[in-house]
Amino acid sequence: MTAAIEIRDLAKSFTLHNQGGIRLSVLDGFDLEVHEGECVALHGPSGIGKSTVLRCIYANYRTDRGRILVRHRDGSVDMASAHPREVLAVRGETIGYVSQFLRVVPRVAAEDVVAEPLRSRGANREGAAKAARGMLQCLNIPAALHRLAPATFSGGEQQRVNLARVFVADYPVLLLDEPTASLDRENREVAVGLIRAAVGRGAAVVGIFHDSQVRDAVANRTVQLSAMREAA
Amino acid sequence: MQPDAVPPLLSARGVTKFYDGILGCRDVSFEIWPGEVLGVVGESGSGKTTLLHCISARLEPTAGTVEYMTRHDGPADIYRISEPARRLLMRTDWGFVHQNPREGLRMGVSAGANIGERLMAVGARHYGNIRHAATDWLDKVEMDTGRMDDLPITFSGGMQQRLQIARNLVTAPRIVFMDEPTGGLDVSVQARLLDLLRGLVSDLGLAAVIVTHDLAVARLLSHRLLVMRRGEVVESGLTDQVLDDPQHPYSQLLVSSVIHP
Amino acid sequence: MVEDGYNFAYLDEQTKRMIRRAILKAVAIPGYQVPFGSREMPLPFGWGTGGIQVTASIIGPDDTLKVIDQGADDTVNAVSIRKFFARTAGVETTERTEAATIVQTRHRIPETPLGAGQILVYQVPIPEPLRWLEPRETETRKMHALQEYGPMHVRLYEDIAHFGHIATSYDYPVRVNGRYLMRPSPIPKFDNPKMDRSPALQLFGAGREKRIYAIPPHTEVRSLDFDDHPFEVQKWADVCAFCGSGDSFLDEIVTDDRGGRMFVCSDTDYCSRRREAGCTGPAMQAAGPGEA
Repeated sequence: MTAAIEIRDLAKSFTLHNQGGIRLSVLDGFDLEVHEGECVALHGPSGIGKSTVLRCIYANYRTDRGRILVRHRDGSVDMASAHPREVLAVRGETIGYVSQFLRVVPRVAAEDVVAEPLRSRGANREGAAKAARGMLQCLNIPAALHRLAPATFSGGEQQRVNLARVFVADYPVLLLDEPTASLDRENREVAVGLIRAAVGRGAAVVGIFHDSQVRDAVANRTVQLSAMREAA
Repeated sequence: MQPDAVPPLLSARGVTKFYDGILGCRDVSFEIWPGEVLGVVGESGSGKTTLLHCISARLEPTAGTVEYMTRHDGPADIYRISEPARRLLMRTDWGFVHQNPREGLRMGVSAGANIGERLMAVGARHYGNIRHAATDWLDKVEMDTGRMDDLPITFSGGMQQRLQIARNLVTAPRIVFMDEPTGGLDVSVQARLLDLLRGLVSDLGLAAVIVTHDLAVARLLSHRLLVMRRGEVVESGLTDQVLDDPQHPYSQLLVSSVIHP
Repeated sequence: MVEDGYNFAYLDEQTKRMIRRAILKAVAIPGYQVPFGSREMPLPFGWGTGGIQVTASIIGPDDTLKVIDQGADDTVNAVSIRKFFARTAGVETTERTEAATIVQTRHRIPETPLGAGQILVYQVPIPEPLRWLEPRETETRKMHALQEYGPMHVRLYEDIAHFGHIATSYDYPVRVNGRYLMRPSPIPKFDNPKMDRSPALQLFGAGREKRIYAIPPHTEVRSLDFDDHPFEVQKWADVCAFCGSGDSFLDEIVTDDRGGRMFVCSDTDYCSRRREAGCTGPAMQAAGPGEA
């Protein structure tokens, strides 16, 4: 396997048991390859399944069919069929995922939230905290906020904490779901810089960028998602 | 990566419990690895607590086995090993945190004695050392060490729960069973306790089984989830997978029933 | 003379045999609580019925009985029990420790060391040392079976935490023969060392709780403690006001309502023997010659 991410014949549908058993087919026969140092932008209208692709790669969603091979350590792991422990290992070391919403334990300081990926890799407390503060600073979160819990932050600040927490660790694979959606111009540029730097060091990035300026600035390639066949 | 390179710490196979013909839980199987936190969710009466008692040697199942990887003698069926060995496991290698701290604490003796008891139970006979360990653990669970000689009754519910946790962790167990550890606490106290538990579990590399009806608690603490209904596991998997992409009708109902403030 | 109408030593022969079997088992398993069929006695539970039943089962016509209560031979309980056996068994009674073959006691061990051939019978209110930790009998039996005695130290820990030293001063738990945890009945811990390797046989009877246990002669009896807080017995700054003894267990006696007090030996036999031998304490010296 040469690609960092290789998706073959991915199918994903949702069955809503409590709403008359409606079955919504979102992806069917989706293929994608992403290489090292490449940033792929998923594009298409809202509800077409862009986020679903990211979530399937992260194994946040289960799949109906297909393989999602992610290069991990010296081999590759099929995220569609991996054991939960393998999935957690891949998430810990290989895949960084910036979701649209920040989800953290209430009352945990922003600095500790950001340091966690480093801590879980075995970094010492001081080193991880220092790196976390640096990354928060870089995303213009003032030092006064570092010891506060992000639940009290504004939407834009929360999103930056979310970014910091992923970019603090050098993940080889990054999944970015509208990472700049609620950022102002200045911070959007910081985010663009971080993404470009990650691609520059060889990360494979898959992202959803509504902002065309951001997309143009970071993406090497755009993949257009088109509507699936009608629900079966 | 070889998932089977490390053997599981605890394996439940076909665990079934009937109370005089009334179903407690049926045919539950799972494995827990060192450092892993397993959440068990489901509504009241779904068999969560029965399952927890069955796998923690407190309630012998009607059928099925529970195997634990002992430190020195390899895997052992916890209901087939000798009673002394089982009781020793329960007060050294395992911890059990009750929803009601009164069930897990000795209410008539001080906080320090509550923490020191398990050490004394395994032979500690040096008062100074026991006291030192108690101070250390009060500190780790973020309690005021100056209150070491106070009775648990003088502590708030959240503090009693911390004390119960310290009392369990002082012998460096490898797995802790928790029954609604944050139940009955108000939300702000609950949040801090969750944070503490998460930190302890990851710093100590503890495995844990946490029974809760609170999906938010399950999401924050557990790596994997079992969803139980009417005594059976209807769905299992990675916590975020089960909560974000529930497959079973009951899991979907459970997830969609949560009220977001 | 045995009074008419009573069987020898009050209890019927079948009951005495049953109790002797329990005693034999207790001697065979030092410190282990043997259940027995405790009988109704002509005095209420709590007044020494366990000790009386043990004494009744082992006493013979040639025995000499001494009974003490809190060390004294002349208190109501001691006098009543002594009379009881004098009437129902016709045995000799004595106040002299070394003259007795059987000494029944409540709350003390005589100061005069017991010798081989003597039997000390204790009256026991609550035999189970683990009861305060665990209310369930099934569980305490299991704890004994598995020697799960560690939590017993929790109580001593509490003492040190609150008082700076082990403040438990009576009914102080012991380990018998390195095996069973035992409650020595409410004797002061001052007496605990006397149980260790005593040449006398020590029998314990709990009438209400229906348990008998024993320490055979020359058996090791260790008081629980911590490495850094070793077991210690009580000490007094005073000596006995009557006999001047500085090494016996002293009772504090309030002598007036202006705070006056004195300390006297709790063991009345020991004290009077010393005085007979010419020893005097501060109270006697103050009273001057010619008195007592």
